[in-house]
Amino acid sequence: MKRIFEKFIESLLTLSGATTGIIILLIVIFLFREGAGFFRHSEIESGYVLCVNEENPVYRLTPKQIKEIFDYEIDNWSLVGGNDEEITPFRISDISDYYSDEELGENNEFLPEKLGEIIAATPGMVAFIPEQYAADTNERVRQLITEKLNPADFFGGDTWMPTATPAPQFGLLPLLLGTLWVGLCAILIALPLGLGVAIYLGELADEKIRNLLKPTIELLAGIPSVVYGFFGLVVVVPFIQKTFDLPVGETAFAGSLILAIMALPTIITVAEDAIRNTPQAMREASLGLGANHWQTIYRVVVPYSISGISAAVVLGIGRAVGETMAVLMVTGNAAVIPHSLFEPVRTIPATVAAELGEAPHGGAHYGALFVLGCILFLITVVISVTAEVISKKQPQA
Amino acid sequence: MLETKNIDFYYGGFHALKNIGMKMEDHTVTAFIGPSGCGKSTFLRLFNRMNDLIPDTRLTGECLIDGEDIYHKSVDVTSLRKRVGMVFQKPNPFPKSLFENVAYGLRVAGTTDSRFIAQRVEESLKGAALWDEVKDKLKKSAFELSGGQQQRLCIARALAIAPSVILMDEPASALDPISTSKIEDLIHILKKDYTIVIVTHNMQQAARVSDKTGFFMLGELIEYNDTKKIFMSPEKEETQNYITGRFG
Repeated sequence: MKRIFEKFIESLLTLSGATTGIIILLIVIFLFREGAGFFRHSEIESGYVLCVNEENPVYRLTPKQIKEIFDYEIDNWSLVGGNDEEITPFRISDISDYYSDEELGENNEFLPEKLGEIIAATPGMVAFIPEQYAADTNERVRQLITEKLNPADFFGGDTWMPTATPAPQFGLLPLLLGTLWVGLCAILIALPLGLGVAIYLGELADEKIRNLLKPTIELLAGIPSVVYGFFGLVVVVPFIQKTFDLPVGETAFAGSLILAIMALPTIITVAEDAIRNTPQAMREASLGLGANHWQTIYRVVVPYSISGISAAVVLGIGRAVGETMAVLMVTGNAAVIPHSLFEPVRTIPATVAAELGEAPHGGAHYGALFVLGCILFLITVVISVTAEVISKKQPQA
Repeated sequence: MLETKNIDFYYGGFHALKNIGMKMEDHTVTAFIGPSGCGKSTFLRLFNRMNDLIPDTRLTGECLIDGEDIYHKSVDVTSLRKRVGMVFQKPNPFPKSLFENVAYGLRVAGTTDSRFIAQRVEESLKGAALWDEVKDKLKKSAFELSGGQQQRLCIARALAIAPSVILMDEPASALDPISTSKIEDLIHILKKDYTIVIVTHNMQQAARVSDKTGFFMLGELIEYNDTKKIFMSPEKEETQNYITGRFG
């Protein structure tokens, strides 16, 4: 009877382990499958085509060129490989400039025909029109070739405008650089402070102070990030705006400061544990050779616990890179490549959180956010593996 | 010369050493034996003030090196520890190269003359009978050595700062018999230049290496005499019982 009971418990435990593993695996598979869907979407909004005059020698425009043409930044075909001719961008709503509602018919039945006439009459026109109308225009209208979204444009693109028409811009660089920029600065702030506190707690503080301070610091790790966000928004942002005399206080620097505060508990706890794990024999050996306390700390204790300290740093970076809410609240969320600490930036997690609600399910934008999720996932995997590898390199005495 | 007068030592409320007075002459090897927890290591660690690191301890009495009370307020602990080297029970090299391990004491003392350091490292490694085995791998990590080599490295490290006294706290208890005999040979050689105090659990070792032996029990120094006398014809019954293995 007892045997059966033990077997039962054993299989229950095995089952729960397997379930957890499968769930995690499913999440990862889901993430990557949705992400891969992104690259099956067309460069321009689905259901639409771009049409030009048949005599136009240009057969293809890149998403970036399309955007700039429709923003009137490129105004001549020669800039995109065509003849020296002015570009006239045309959206379907512009039809009212050419024809009245009566001329188009009650149910727009003459619309395709009229569109054909406009395009045929204007050699420099590029028209963004629904696919169903394009088929019924005339033989003097040619559709531009549109391709699938391509990874090179995604990973090398410097513009993130996922809702732009006709061609949404999915450029990863501003978001990736924003994330790394904020994370890096956060670590640069948190590292000296965190290590200082860890060394103080591990080596200098007397037992009473340590017993008070350490739980307090560990408590910091448990504060919800939205609370840090409040603090950042109400205290840090106005402070930065005033101190540095900026037009807005919501900057990369504000995000870095908040992230630094949030990464501190991790860094302090892990590094302090590493420092305290330095064998007493090491300290005694050093002191026994006439070294003083400081020399012992920086010549023996820190080198001995360096792997633990590095793990602390890497885990701190992981926290900084993956953090969403607080950063979303204080960085201003402008998806531009940052040039200084005092500009608004937007991080990858903040982008996903802010945009997923408004991205239509299954669309290119939706897919793009999943690709961002995959990238974030890969970054944190690399960070975790690094931390794991480093902390295994503990010297054995 | 090491000398103690009326030493009493407490860990919190625990009375670990009781009224101990003894003298150790220069260039002799003195062994402390006794059952675990008898206070022999605590007593050894008084001489380089290693017990200062343990919180909530208290010492009364006098502990003199060459007539100077090393617990006097005017004594600088770090310079005291440069005069009194210590070798620990488990080999505890630093996570550094062999060379840097031996050079450590010189570096923390502020020596920057690299030729002097190199020379001192070589002398110390020769002094610890390790030079021939490691002269080609001074840049390697100290952790690559065997346990016995690591312990001799720790001895070399202690020799490098040119102490006059070397304290050894069960230096061979973690080593195999061959490494142990190398350490014992080394103690014989080092005796010429240093005053050595060794704590050991191994009575044969005490008999082999020491000139004088002190037998400790329950925080008291039961008997202290020439090693031959202690092992051949002890005066106290407790000593007799211990060395013949009736308890301990």
